[in-house]
Amino acid sequence: LGQTFDRMLGFLKNPVVVTAEINVNLVALTVMGLISRLWGLSYPRAVVFDEVYYGQFVSLYMKRIFFVDDSGPPLGHMLLALGGYLGGFDGNFLWNRIGAEYSMNVPVWSLRLLPALAGALCIPLAYQILVELQFSHCAALGAALLILLENSLITQSRFMLLESILIFFILLSVLSYLKFYNLQRHRVKYMGLFTYMLLLAIAGLHFWHMLGDWSLSNVSLLCHFLARVLTLLIIPVAMYLSFFYVHLTLLYRSGPHDQIMTSAFQASLEGGLARITQGQPLEVAYGSQITLRNVLGKPMQCWLHSHTNTYPIRYENGRGSSHQQQVTCYPFKDVNNWWIVKDPGMQQLVVSNPPRPVRHGHVVQLVHGITTRYLNTHDVAAPLSPHSQEVSCYIDYNISMPAQNLWRVEIVNRESDTDVWKTILSEVRFVHVNTSAVLKLSGASLPEWGYRQLEVVGEKLSKGYHQSMVWNVEEHRYGKSQEQKEREVELHSPTRMDISKNLSFMAKFTELQWKILTLKNEDTEHKYSSSALDWITMDTNIAYWLHPTSGAQIHLLGNVLTWASANIAAVVYVCLSLWYLVRRRRTIYDIPEDAWQLWVSAGQICVGGWVVNYLPFFLMEKTLFLYHYLPALTFQILLIPVVLQHLSDHLCRSLLPQSMFSALIVAWFSSVYLVYHTFSPVSYGEPLSVAELKALRWKDSWNILIRKQ
Amino acid sequence: MPAAGGGRAGPGPLRQRGARRLQGAPPASPPAPRPPAGWRAALGLVTVLSFASRFHRLPEPPHVCWDETHFGKMGSYYINRTFFFDVHPPLGKMLIGLAGYLSGYDGTFPFQKPGDRYEQHNYMGMRGFCAFLGSCLVPFAYLTVLELSKSLPAALLTAFILIFDTGCITLSQYILLDPILMFFLMGAVLSMVKSNSCADRPFSASWWLWLSLTGVNLAGAMGVKFVGLFVVLLVGLNTIHDLWDLLGNLSLSLVMFGKHFLARVLCLIVLPLTLYVAMFAVHFAVLNKSGPGDGFFSSAFQSQLIGNNLHNVSIPEHLAYGSVVTMKNLRMAGGYLHSHWHLYPEGVGARQQQVTAYLHKDLNNLWIIKKHDSDTADLLDSSSPVEFVRHGDIIRLEHKETSRNLHSHQHEAPLTRKHFQVTGYGINGTGDSNDFWRIEVVGRRAGKLIKVLRSRVRLTHVATGCILGSSGKTLPKWGWEQVEVTCTPYVKDTPNSLWNFEDHINPKLPNISLDVLKPSFAEILLESHMVMIRGNSGLKPKDNEVTSKPWHWPINYQGLRFSGVNETDYRVYLLGNPVVWWLNLFTIGLYLLIAISTAVALKRGVQLTSELKELSRVVLCGGGQVALGWLLHYLPFFMMGRVLYFHHYFPAMLFSSMLTGITWDTLLKFFSRFLSPTTTARKVYGGGILALILLITYSFYLFHPLSYGMIGPMASDPSSPMAGLRWMDSWEF
Repeated sequence: LGQTFDRMLGFLKNPVVVTAEINVNLVALTVMGLISRLWGLSYPRAVVFDEVYYGQFVSLYMKRIFFVDDSGPPLGHMLLALGGYLGGFDGNFLWNRIGAEYSMNVPVWSLRLLPALAGALCIPLAYQILVELQFSHCAALGAALLILLENSLITQSRFMLLESILIFFILLSVLSYLKFYNLQRHRVKYMGLFTYMLLLAIAGLHFWHMLGDWSLSNVSLLCHFLARVLTLLIIPVAMYLSFFYVHLTLLYRSGPHDQIMTSAFQASLEGGLARITQGQPLEVAYGSQITLRNVLGKPMQCWLHSHTNTYPIRYENGRGSSHQQQVTCYPFKDVNNWWIVKDPGMQQLVVSNPPRPVRHGHVVQLVHGITTRYLNTHDVAAPLSPHSQEVSCYIDYNISMPAQNLWRVEIVNRESDTDVWKTILSEVRFVHVNTSAVLKLSGASLPEWGYRQLEVVGEKLSKGYHQSMVWNVEEHRYGKSQEQKEREVELHSPTRMDISKNLSFMAKFTELQWKILTLKNEDTEHKYSSSALDWITMDTNIAYWLHPTSGAQIHLLGNVLTWASANIAAVVYVCLSLWYLVRRRRTIYDIPEDAWQLWVSAGQICVGGWVVNYLPFFLMEKTLFLYHYLPALTFQILLIPVVLQHLSDHLCRSLLPQSMFSALIVAWFSSVYLVYHTFSPVSYGEPLSVAELKALRWKDSWNILIRKQ
Repeated sequence: MPAAGGGRAGPGPLRQRGARRLQGAPPASPPAPRPPAGWRAALGLVTVLSFASRFHRLPEPPHVCWDETHFGKMGSYYINRTFFFDVHPPLGKMLIGLAGYLSGYDGTFPFQKPGDRYEQHNYMGMRGFCAFLGSCLVPFAYLTVLELSKSLPAALLTAFILIFDTGCITLSQYILLDPILMFFLMGAVLSMVKSNSCADRPFSASWWLWLSLTGVNLAGAMGVKFVGLFVVLLVGLNTIHDLWDLLGNLSLSLVMFGKHFLARVLCLIVLPLTLYVAMFAVHFAVLNKSGPGDGFFSSAFQSQLIGNNLHNVSIPEHLAYGSVVTMKNLRMAGGYLHSHWHLYPEGVGARQQQVTAYLHKDLNNLWIIKKHDSDTADLLDSSSPVEFVRHGDIIRLEHKETSRNLHSHQHEAPLTRKHFQVTGYGINGTGDSNDFWRIEVVGRRAGKLIKVLRSRVRLTHVATGCILGSSGKTLPKWGWEQVEVTCTPYVKDTPNSLWNFEDHINPKLPNISLDVLKPSFAEILLESHMVMIRGNSGLKPKDNEVTSKPWHWPINYQGLRFSGVNETDYRVYLLGNPVVWWLNLFTIGLYLLIAISTAVALKRGVQLTSELKELSRVVLCGGGQVALGWLLHYLPFFMMGRVLYFHHYFPAMLFSSMLTGITWDTLLKFFSRFLSPTTTARKVYGGGILALILLITYSFYLFHPLSYGMIGPMASDPSSPMAGLRWMDSWEF
């Protein structure tokens, strides 16, 4: 460290141009980057593409309302919200449609500022990375310029979107690792995870080489190892947790996504369920009045329900039913969702004093509050799932169908076998005593006669644990009225008592994390979605915005020449590497050892970065868009100058080819600029005539919007 | 292993010490390793035990169990030579069929559903064949471990694990693909290991033998199920590693290296591919009668099947107005243009009648060709002259069953949002101008006639200029999981947007016998693979269905019911011997620990005695190969979207068992080295192995009813003999 310091001092003492030159380069690049990304930032003053999606979350942050987004951890959303916060956004905007004009209270400029800054800073970062990879300043300059002139990165940075922030953090972490400073991994979207894995692998490899260095003592190796564990594992995990901590602290009000979470989680949010459940008695006792929510929450949250209507005697397909009272799962709060827990051995429907709590393994009867019929199941096929049993509320028709209304309570998340059944916290299975069927939400919705409510069945072959078979008590009170009339009044009145339940941060975090990972949006294909294979050749584009009257439009379209060159560079890199590898194996060394090391380390970062940010998309089943490719593309672009410099240093040895090579590069660079210039109108949204628009449609598969006369 | 690190002895004395030790020690690590004494006798023992355990009570239960209903049925199809479609390659089912045929089964049993009694039908040939292959796994594993570790106890431990695993026994006793797959898979691994150990005498007869046997087994594994690909990967990685070593051997000339390279290309690529193709040739040659799988294939293919309506077909050759036709999409496994009395649901384009592509033959696939401007009444009149459809004509297609016209408009298609929706529109054939389509034949001039079957036809929507095509995506439940049909605005001649006319009914035209263009074998091969891949990716789990997850498998979380549900039934339950499986699971962690510490010790340059070097070689090379096999046969399942079952883990379980043998043998050897007199050391070592084997045998004694059948109360009932053995709540026996 001292040496570095001395060296830095040395630079200060002798104001030689070398350091100054670097700085000028960097400053110039940064300024150019800022201009390209920030110019006319608040135009268009309308919702552009996914702003409609992220904007909602910014508004929710402003209003402190809880939400769940499956696209990733909350850092990115929080940064966007920070922009809104600084711009004084009050969150009052209806994010309903792409192209909608922003109202005056939306600080468009400051909302878009952070992504744009991140996008601009990627340019000096690219420069620095190549310098750290020991490539020449010329190559570094080339890399930075290529990033600067990449239309797709410009478009993506200029709006309230997350990709530019993601790319910024990815590049920053690569640079930090290269500089061997404290590596801090940030996560914006889960794609950042793959770069993190790559860095872990590279760090592991470096450490493995260090192990082979026998001059290091075991103790110093252990220290090295611990330092890496600390910087690469513990700090990122801690930061990750802290993002969630801030997220959960900021969002304390209940909101639109409450129903995805468990009752316990909902109860911890202000408003919503908490208002109802606050102060309910904790332990379910004989005589308790309860509502039972299915834990699965899919296809929607719903509560065990019954009403006076019966199952039709014959279904459409000719099968018969028991003609007893329907039992369903109903997605809305309703007085018919109330059930009373009854001891089979006693007649009373009120809670005794002191209350007798129900424990795991106890056998109970469930009485429907309004109709006073007993929850029952028997060997009759369920209406829509004929392999399961029908569940009904028993009506005694005096035919040979006895009541089978005993249910064993099994607490799934119990700590011991004598656990008490707790409101909200206990997840419970109801096992039918006569047939061992388990009360289950089948997920199908009943036809007209069942009012399209969800079907509930008794599952005979209960294969292990599934959330559709688990229920929890949501609303709960101790029943007081023995008379049916009084009880009805009691059931209609809202519950209100006073205790509060708080979940620990870790419990909330695990639940939220699990929901984010397992949440599946049932989105069908989007108009502009594409497959991962289309991205390499840029066979697809995304129309981000269209001016309602003039032909001005914004598209996510890359610099075609850069994309093609990046692909060629990747192919050249792989072929050359294979060639070198095979030759080295036969002890033929084409290039000096240090040049080989450079070549390998640059490849690890650039090709590795491309691979880990691209290939995983082939395994994903979610809807994919062209912008998902941008992180991978950034790494691929960094590879171009690497390959070019290698070619000029080692393959064009004599003077003539070298000057020709330089001339070619200059020509190529000018064409890159030309292509950038040609497509910049659709990146910045300048008005274009129909003819100009048609001229821009270089590929048939591009969807450029041309207005019909 | 830092214990050995202290001594900084020179190479001379070290080697002497090792040599001296060798004289007293069992032949564990001789310089040129030779199989330990007594390996033949042990091999005989484990083979006999293996056969005995697999063939014990083989005829029980005498009814169809679990997937026998599929594979037995498919075996019968081969005997009856009826064409069918399955998502797996044909070898396994062909072998089942062959075994049945040779043992006198006549292919008449319907195999309708599990539980059907076989009665007088001879099913023992097929079960016996599967059990025979399943029994071979044990000697294969034994020989593989022997080759990798050169240690008889390790091989014996592995063999006993597999002999006494209830899961392996159950899976080998029925008419299933798994024993066949695992036979080829273990065969490939054994031959690979054997050919590796022949590396010191390349191009000798045994070297060639093992190398080509590897290739043969690879073809076999691939030919039974596509899961065989994982073992191909394993062998491929091994070969690359092998070639890389040879390349770095500078004493080997490049010409010699070229020979090595070519030999591997020949034995491991050319040979398996030839065999693989050959088995498809046999498959298509045997199945020459029309059957349930026809509709999945192209018209050209169907014309090859005896009994299909396209075989030696006699239909009117040229398309005319008023003809009733079916149209088949030209993409691989493309369906027939289809419509039915159901509307698109709300929110999916216009609420008009669905038009889909359907893979089965059905009356709803029939369409009538009409002129765009006049109705058909006069066309059906027998006196009016026949008017042929010509290239470039504008036509209307009316669905025969529902009398609605094929229609398209500028609404988004249900799945492919960039395309337009295609619907059935109008009442009794009266619609609007969006029902007009221009019919064109690829590569034909205007005015020419259109041929049934041979012409590749494109339908262009007149109003919007889009082209009728099938995207190949499966519609959700509202579309009965049929395939989406769209109108694509991108004008490209892909098979997706081309159609041919298959059936053609027109009473006014003479029937002409047509020789449909015979598809080449390569086309058939490619087509059948596309169909299989489609079929495989179509096996998706349904919502709210409890499915088996890959993480369930190594912990033996839940088994599969092979037969019987109730107390009175004869019940067989596929579940691994828990003691064995948990030992395997524990050993994987143990192995990881040992391997890492060994690798670090070697990297740190710790000095090892020759005996320890040999041990570390076994751990890293032998164990590494097996561990890699386990990973390759297990991890990919985490990424699969299709429905998964418990029995998918068994190939990985074989590797895991071999790893257990090697790891415990090494571990016991390593620790017994610290005991001073060699006799005690040997006692501890031998005792350890013996204890493990006895433990496994005893656990098998406890759990054997899982495989050999249980009758009586369920295990949850205290009076059941299995009462104390339901160690996990998720087990259902």
